[in-house]
Amino acid sequence: MKACHLFALSLLGLVSIAHADLSSSIEKLRAVDREGKGNAEATAAWKEIAKSDAGALTQILAGMNGANPLAENWLRVAAGVVAEKAAKGNGISVDSLVAFLQDTKNAPAPRVLAFDLIRKSKPEESEKLAMSLLGDPSSELRRYPVTKLIEEAEAALSAGKKDAAGDTYQKALVAARDEDQIKSIAKKLRELDRTVDLPKHFGFLMRWQLIAPFTNVERKGFDEVFPPEKEVNLTASYPGKGGDAKWVPFESKDDYGMIDFNKPFTMLKEVTGYAYTEFNSAEARDAQIRIGCKNGWKVWLNGELLFARDEYHRGMKLDQYKLPCHLKAGRNRILVKCCQNEQTESWTVEWQFQLRICDATGTAIAEAK
Amino acid sequence: MTTRFISRSSLAFAVALTSSFVIPHSSLSAADWLQFRGPNGTGISSETKAPGPQMKVAWTAELPGRGLSSPIVVGDKVFVTCASGPEQQSLHVFCFDAKSGKTIWERALRATGRTMTQSKTCVAAPTPCSDGKLVFAQYSSNDLFAFDLDGNLQWLRGLTYDYSNASNSLGMAQSLSVIGGTLVVQSENDSESFAAGIDTATGVNKWKIDRPKAANWTSALHLNSGSKQLVTLQSSKGILCLEPDSGKEVWNYADGASTIPSSAVNDGVLYAVSHGITALQPDGNSVSQLWRNEKLNPGTASPLVIGDSIFVVNSAGVLIKASTKNGDEAWKLRLKGPFSGSPVAAGQYIYIAGERGDFQVVDSTAKDGAVVATVELKETILSTPAISNGAVYVRSDGKLWKLE
Repeated sequence: MKACHLFALSLLGLVSIAHADLSSSIEKLRAVDREGKGNAEATAAWKEIAKSDAGALTQILAGMNGANPLAENWLRVAAGVVAEKAAKGNGISVDSLVAFLQDTKNAPAPRVLAFDLIRKSKPEESEKLAMSLLGDPSSELRRYPVTKLIEEAEAALSAGKKDAAGDTYQKALVAARDEDQIKSIAKKLRELDRTVDLPKHFGFLMRWQLIAPFTNVERKGFDEVFPPEKEVNLTASYPGKGGDAKWVPFESKDDYGMIDFNKPFTMLKEVTGYAYTEFNSAEARDAQIRIGCKNGWKVWLNGELLFARDEYHRGMKLDQYKLPCHLKAGRNRILVKCCQNEQTESWTVEWQFQLRICDATGTAIAEAK
Repeated sequence: MTTRFISRSSLAFAVALTSSFVIPHSSLSAADWLQFRGPNGTGISSETKAPGPQMKVAWTAELPGRGLSSPIVVGDKVFVTCASGPEQQSLHVFCFDAKSGKTIWERALRATGRTMTQSKTCVAAPTPCSDGKLVFAQYSSNDLFAFDLDGNLQWLRGLTYDYSNASNSLGMAQSLSVIGGTLVVQSENDSESFAAGIDTATGVNKWKIDRPKAANWTSALHLNSGSKQLVTLQSSKGILCLEPDSGKEVWNYADGASTIPSSAVNDGVLYAVSHGITALQPDGNSVSQLWRNEKLNPGTASPLVIGDSIFVVNSAGVLIKASTKNGDEAWKLRLKGPFSGSPVAAGQYIYIAGERGDFQVVDSTAKDGAVVATVELKETILSTPAISNGAVYVRSDGKLWKLE
């Protein structure tokens, strides 16, 4: 018996050492950073973690909370290997993964991974969970239940139940965060004569003051500091390219919030414009400014440059660039610089951008009244 | 105004670098196809066991996402990348058993960079490469992963996470190349354009140089110079030859070059896709022009050199054979195009897959050339085949085929 106790105690000791070692290894993965920093230490630590059994999965997932995207990937692969190994052996007990998924204090990335692991291990369990994720803080976890709702609405439509279909599409739209799903739902709702306010859904900023044209000959305007970067004075005018540059009000009527400089200023080339607006936030909070633009552009929030991009006419899409930022309570000043270049091809006419304010999951932040 | 979001952290530690890293010969085989267009980027199989003209599908493996990267082959393992998800944000590396086509392992990671591409291309566009011990995979999102052959993660980088304006909204497709202990990575675009030599052991930069601010989809080539192996980087400005270990310039050809098809190299001569084809003879720290034929214009596919002939597929899908001695045309042969992938060859046979799924075998020695076999794969194919151990591997968005 004594020998058995000793063996058991030594096993417990081994287990506790193993846990301590896993924590240390996870910390090494969490320490990786830009330009390969921490890679050398992470290689060995990853191997230790990858040796773990399925019981360590939630610890590995928890290690992703608050980690940078590089560390997330190290841990994601380790969890994948542990799960793959377990699947070939005794399988995975999904209870702890379900608990991890359902705890929304955990970050979206490991919760998405937890859902994937549940789905691979016990598809029927993920089916049961799916609809509970419809309003999930993770936009990615909403995708599947939104798909289910779309299917349900399509079935209702096929059965001639237009009202039921419309209600279900409406429910799907409220939950949807992915552009492809939102587009298809909005189309169906409009076909059913339902009102859809896409700018509100996305959180596009629709009302701006625009000023142009400053020069961008030889693309030098991108780096040149024109007066609006020093001071926004909406009553001022300045010498511009080929005439005075003046502020004009502009309100977008576009579903996707396009702010088109060509409309007030005509299709100019080698020019720079600015757009200014204010956003009234109910509280001080973290947010994202998301911009789509195929011209050279810069964005400032309350005088702070968030990002600058000097690529021209290589394509534009919703949420092309996601800029983490911090809104202050009350009035937030947003300035966009938008540069048009010298290209003359038909696909280089656009001089425009779209900009929305949302949280990190893509949910629109409503402006305070 | 102050700046945020663009800040870069400095390199936190230095890693001792060996001046050269020689791979044991035992780890490599002539049957290996280790990078885009195979041995040294030539597109020519160096093994004696050639696939021959008549081919049939040996096996097909399903892929869960899009990709136009080429497969690579190390020993009896075939590696393929793809990307899945609504924004192609899930990045996959697959390892298949070459004999059976069964999955040996799969790893899935997430894009840390931008995944936007033009619709024809996709995130898994750059071809991975291997030094025989590690597999390196890069994506249009600028994510870069190193795995050993058993799927153990060795290191990773997020090059757009590191250099926040290094991206191309059309998508990037420059393929990786490894020489000694240096992984040559290109991220050439309109904004933060660079190339880097990365330590294969740690994933840390050995060197990093600015590159022309212009979108570029061409890939590096290996160039033998005496006992040294050099690397050439092609861009709209021309072709820059570097020492791979240090990034030190050896010579620079500055008369412009294509940004889509890559050049070809054979027997120490570089056949540059520049003003048609320009044959360049490197000599120490300089390079001289041997000949130029402005009518030899590759479309998207990169040229191929077999012996004393250069083969170019033009934008009309016509395969042109010309002399490597003077660039004179020998014959033209219309193929079933169009083509995004490049031709590869083993022995006298050229293998190329058309975008409409026609995998074609051309006898390069036939008078006026001849398509001697076609396998209809019935899918859109935008990739370049790989040759290994008497078989040819080719992939579409959803499938990987072994033909033999």
